Amino acid sequence: MAVVLSRRRFLKVSGAAAGTAVGGLLGLGIDVRPKQVRAQQLRIQNAQVFPSVCPYCAVGCGTLVHVVDGQIVNIEGNPKSPINMGNLCPKGAATYQLHVNPNRLTKVLHRPPNATQWEVVDLDWAMDRVAELVKKTRDETFVETLPNGKRVMHTTAIFSLGGATIDNEWNHIQQKLMRGLGIVRIENQARI
Amino acid sequence: MGSNMAENHPVAFRWVAQAKLNGATLIHVDPRFTRTSAMADLYVPIRSGTDIAFLGGLISYAIENEKYFKDYVVNYTNAATIINDNFQDTEDLEGVFSGLKEAPQGSEQKYIYDNATWQYKRVEPWDPAKAREEAKKAATFAEMIQRMVPPAAEKDPTLQHPRSVFQIVRRHFSRYTPEMVERITGCPKDVFLKVAETVTANSGRERTTTFVYAMGWTQHTHGVQTIGTTALLQLLLGNMGRPGGGILALRGHATIQGSTDVPTLYHSIHGYMNHPDARKAHDTLADYILTETRPTGYWANFPKFIVSYLKSMYGDAATPENDFGYDWHPKISGDYSHMATMIAMAKGEVKGALIFGQNPATSINGALQRRALMQLDWLVVKDNFETETASFWYASPEVKSGQIKPEDIKTEVFLFPSAQVAETEGTFTNTQRLIQFHEKAADPPGDCRSDAWFTHQLALRLKKLYADSTLPRDEGIKNLFWDFDYDPGTYPTNTRIEGEPDVFKIIREINGYQTGTKELLKSFGDLKDDGSTTCASWIYCGVFPEEGKLLARNREPDPDNKPGTNLGWGYAWPANRRVLYNRASADPDGNPWSERKKYIWWDAGQKKWVGYDVPDFAATKAPDTPAKPGATGLDAHDGKSPFIMMPDGKGWLFVPTGLADGPLPTHYEPMESPVVNLLYPKQQHNPVAKHWQHEENQLAQVGDPNFPIVLTTYRLTEHHLAGAMTRWLPWLAELQPELFIEMSPELAEEKGIKNLDLVKITTKRRSIVAKALVTPRLRPLMIDGKVVHQVGMPWHWGYMGIVTGDIVNDLTAMVGDPNVSIHESKALCCNVEKLQ
Ligand code: SF4
Repeated sequence: MAVVLSRRRFLKVSGAAAGTAVGGLLGLGIDVRPKQVRAQQLRIQNAQVFPSVCPYCAVGCGTLVHVVDGQIVNIEGNPKSPINMGNLCPKGAATYQLHVNPNRLTKVLHRPPNATQWEVVDLDWAMDRVAELVKKTRDETFVETLPNGKRVMHTTAIFSLGGATIDNEWNHIQQKLMRGLGIVRIENQARI
Repeated sequence: MGSNMAENHPVAFRWVAQAKLNGATLIHVDPRFTRTSAMADLYVPIRSGTDIAFLGGLISYAIENEKYFKDYVVNYTNAATIINDNFQDTEDLEGVFSGLKEAPQGSEQKYIYDNATWQYKRVEPWDPAKAREEAKKAATFAEMIQRMVPPAAEKDPTLQHPRSVFQIVRRHFSRYTPEMVERITGCPKDVFLKVAETVTANSGRERTTTFVYAMGWTQHTHGVQTIGTTALLQLLLGNMGRPGGGILALRGHATIQGSTDVPTLYHSIHGYMNHPDARKAHDTLADYILTETRPTGYWANFPKFIVSYLKSMYGDAATPENDFGYDWHPKISGDYSHMATMIAMAKGEVKGALIFGQNPATSINGALQRRALMQLDWLVVKDNFETETASFWYASPEVKSGQIKPEDIKTEVFLFPSAQVAETEGTFTNTQRLIQFHEKAADPPGDCRSDAWFTHQLALRLKKLYADSTLPRDEGIKNLFWDFDYDPGTYPTNTRIEGEPDVFKIIREINGYQTGTKELLKSFGDLKDDGSTTCASWIYCGVFPEEGKLLARNREPDPDNKPGTNLGWGYAWPANRRVLYNRASADPDGNPWSERKKYIWWDAGQKKWVGYDVPDFAATKAPDTPAKPGATGLDAHDGKSPFIMMPDGKGWLFVPTGLADGPLPTHYEPMESPVVNLLYPKQQHNPVAKHWQHEENQLAQVGDPNFPIVLTTYRLTEHHLAGAMTRWLPWLAELQPELFIEMSPELAEEKGIKNLDLVKITTKRRSIVAKALVTPRLRPLMIDGKVVHQVGMPWHWGYMGIVTGDIVNDLTAMVGDPNVSIHESKALCCNVEKLQ
């Protein structure tokens, strides 16, 4: 399933997607910079603008997302933000490719036990199946009291692990659902 | 120190560059010469993992040369407090404190501490167990807390008493001399002294010094104590709660602060309340409150925080009669942190896992974590790209090499595609505690969904599956208050996605509201302990004070960046305060320490605290207000006690409670080290450090000739973590395509390695391969008369993505800090050889 790009396709994708390869091309004696500026202006002309935040590090640089006809066409630094005043580092400046990227997954994949391949599955079916598995494992492993009589009302057989670039609102409902179920192995990138 | 800010937090480093233009001095103390070093006035090389020895040297220098800020230390810290007669220091016990005892069998620790002897000496005898018994008979939580107030602590404002905190600290660090610093860290004595002179000269009434750190300080088996050493130093120098001072943690991810505050972490529930724990006296709600509440200082409001939290969990089902549903809430009974859980998983004790935007297949001792994943019955991964964790069953090195066949891996695996930041709305909390809202700009493609969508949809399904249960064990999930669907008629019309939760309803619950009227709460001062307020997170209370007015959405910066606190941009918890404990920016009488460092001060005319920030102090409490003896909460503090969360209102140089590894920081060697601990030869490393026992998790012995080189790991500007968010992006993949190892020309010559050669790197765990980058940015250090080499490796690669490479974390070990279970990846022992 992994999409491995050849060097040739790699450059093609890179160029087609708005180009930071300008420096490299300059080295070859081609100066496309004036055209790039013009292309950039055209790209965000008549675009709707949405203030956002860089999803990488914890500096919290402000970004602006440009949208035309429901499609993201550009993401750049927000000059109004007192944190970054319009600047972004290479990661922040690449946020556009986190969204608009041919390598991105768009379907749910499922690998049955012992299978050798992924299968594309329906989103609703997958959600139902996960709910069933969570319930089954929880019910089979739930502990009400420890041998010493202490009440714990938990299961230690399910692990919830989250990255630290996911909204606070997700963190809230995730920890709430897990604790509501008695799942206590709740962890986050914030640990390590 | 412990941070390469120019490369890892580059846009924040603009402000450091700006400060330099304004005349600030920049010192960079780090094992590697980086772009941060290149910008510094002084670059100071040290051996990885020896920061406490270096900082301890600064503490000793400040005390012995009387260069600490006396007025600040006497008034604002616990320097004058007298400690229990039974306390014994590491200087008395050859490297350990009093209270060390053997850990229970089967634990990941050999020893643990009992902190009974580390306590303040009280003016009259006090029996906490008896007080607790009396307190349990009280009719209200407030009365209960009242009965737990201890008598005052003994003090000596002259700081001369031999058992005063100040004298104990002085003796504790007396052997951290410049000569000792040089022998341990490899930093030449004259360079160390230059740092000591600069830092102390730059601290006081007129000037402040700040320390900035990142994972170079935290990823150690003594990580917490490294930060503690700096807190101690900054308090001695009077740099806390003042502009340009403090200790700045450069955290790594967009909302890593948010994930800690709104804790998807096993040990804590919202707002830094400890998770109910079957190993502690937490049996009933009253027990829990008695154990967790500090009766003096702001934490005395703890009953309000926990009751309002339980109301957010169980809604109307939480009543005073059923202890607000406390019995439904799970309790922990062990260490369930990341590493502990992966070890349990490897043993088959964990059956299912839900993994969102995380990649354990490339994490600490990666091979062991991948082996653990193979033991699962089911695994759900939700991410933007196909990560190493999602594909371990066919693409991991173990499978590729034929060692394990996919057919033999029983795990059922799901991979759900995720929406990205511009495709969802919600908040992130940055490293300054600043909560910022990001708008949704477009729908995500295909079946990509927000993580909140996933959890909400899973919850709705599970609520349905349990709806008819009559089992007592299911009461928690049945009563879990789940009201995140949009109200009828309010679902957005400009989207094709169905079933998203209403983010503003989630924020309402985090912020809190009046249980009866549903009116939003304006501040945590409004919270009650009788169930009349519902609030998940007391520290976030105030971010959403009125309908239609989410302060995280504020986008009004200061004109011309003046005064520069930018109170109109986002919302910093608590109460939009930008500098914590900022009462300390004024002198005891409430006047600014100096005109130059003016920040918050007492306005006698208006009878309130004023300044450039939101005062972190009772708004109208005058500096001359006396403490009320025997009172609870902030009334127990006088008007000269800035540290409002602390029971005594003082900054703690000596920490009687809250730390697992001692009341004072002590230099210990990393778990793997080429040299012995020169300060405490009988105590090589942190006596209470965690080491998870597993045949694939062994450590090199001290000075093992097979592993003589110090290895440290780090990050590059162009990649994020193990690369799941960057190695799939052509722009970034092209900028940093390949794994490498940085080594000094001296080491390269010794090993016959040339620049760009392939090199095999081996630790006690495993070997991997990387390209050599031979550079004088790394230099050999002279450690106690012996040359020690250091190498550095960025850890961004794995087996998936446009650019791939070996997993550096396959080299690291599962060892952890006793307080927070963070691992030690910044100082390991390895060997390198040219790949033939
Ligand atoms: S642009 Fe760079 S510095 Fe700014 S938040 Fe993003 S990753 Fe951090």
